[in-house]
Amino acid sequence: MDRLLNVMTVASLLLIILVLASVRREHIRVEYSVSWLLAGLALLVLSLSRKLDEMLATALGVPDLTIGLLTICGVVFLGVLFALSLRISELKDSGTKLAQRVAILEFRLESLIERTEFEQTGRKSDEQIKTTRMG
Amino acid sequence: MVLIPAYNEEGAVASVVEEVRAIVSDATILVVDDCSEDDTIREARRSGASVLQLPHHLGLGGCVQAGYRLAFELGFDYVIRVDGDGQHDARDIPAILAALQRENCEMVIGSRFLNGGGKRSGWSRAVGIALFRLILRPILGRSVSDPTSGFVGVNREALNLFSRTFPLEYPEIEALVVLQRRRFRFVEVPCHIRPRLAGTSSIDTLKALYFPIHVLLGVFVNVLLFPGSRVWRIWRK
Repeated sequence: MDRLLNVMTVASLLLIILVLASVRREHIRVEYSVSWLLAGLALLVLSLSRKLDEMLATALGVPDLTIGLLTICGVVFLGVLFALSLRISELKDSGTKLAQRVAILEFRLESLIERTEFEQTGRKSDEQIKTTRMG
Repeated sequence: MVLIPAYNEEGAVASVVEEVRAIVSDATILVVDDCSEDDTIREARRSGASVLQLPHHLGLGGCVQAGYRLAFELGFDYVIRVDGDGQHDARDIPAILAALQRENCEMVIGSRFLNGGGKRSGWSRAVGIALFRLILRPILGRSVSDPTSGFVGVNREALNLFSRTFPLEYPEIEALVVLQRRRFRFVEVPCHIRPRLAGTSSIDTLKALYFPIHVLLGVFVNVLLFPGSRVWRIWRK
């Protein structure tokens, strides 16, 4: 059991260091690092406090401390993954709307340019139309 | 407007556009390119269609919705969607448009099963369609013969709705439930389905297995949000 707790301490410390390093290098934004930092801290506290583990295991009705710990780890990471899924869904919706808006604006801009050119030159030659379309 | 969503359809899109123009010469033809990796855009432009070019791949629903949004913004009253792979026969477009104008409904579905059609469906698709017919019947309060048909026409009210709310993946079935949520009406007219002119379907075996799960979930969520349902009332609070 002690070995498991030690491994958990090292793993949670590594997680915290990795998240902080990623934030420092701007690989992850601060607001998205919070859930991982909280998860890392929660695991660190659990790995350092055997009494707390036993209390939680009893509260969960789990006789074996190891299973209790794994359950808590699972719940913590499920929470983090759910938060990330929410973010990804939000981003996908925003990305779709943005892509559609860009495409529509580009389409309308091209139409406007064509119309302006047409009005300026009177009548476009077939060659010009072809060049604009291919461009 | 005739809306043609296309993704890697360089072999078929020009023929589709030309065929549509031959049938409805005065219609605006818009190809919505879902960031194809081949020459779809060039082929569509060569055939004289206007092209709405998406900056990245959105999938069928996102692609169709982009077209609906543009059509709504440009003030079109009717939009008929025709697939870019040539499976839909452009000769059926006038019947869909006529039904839209005549029936005063928000959507018209071109059904391959009316008038004894539908022999071209594979067994897995036929099973899927039968399943969705069963599921949709109590939700829609009526039967629908071809719920997976992408050959549809919509009027301005439906355009307004779909430009704001439209399922992003496998949209046909969910779109029916979205319509029902607003108490919009649809009718079906017979249409012809042919083998695709070129290319292969984007739905592989894995996607074919995932398709019913995704659609069922989408339908379920939409049903929960029906006006008057308990979930809907809680949501509104």
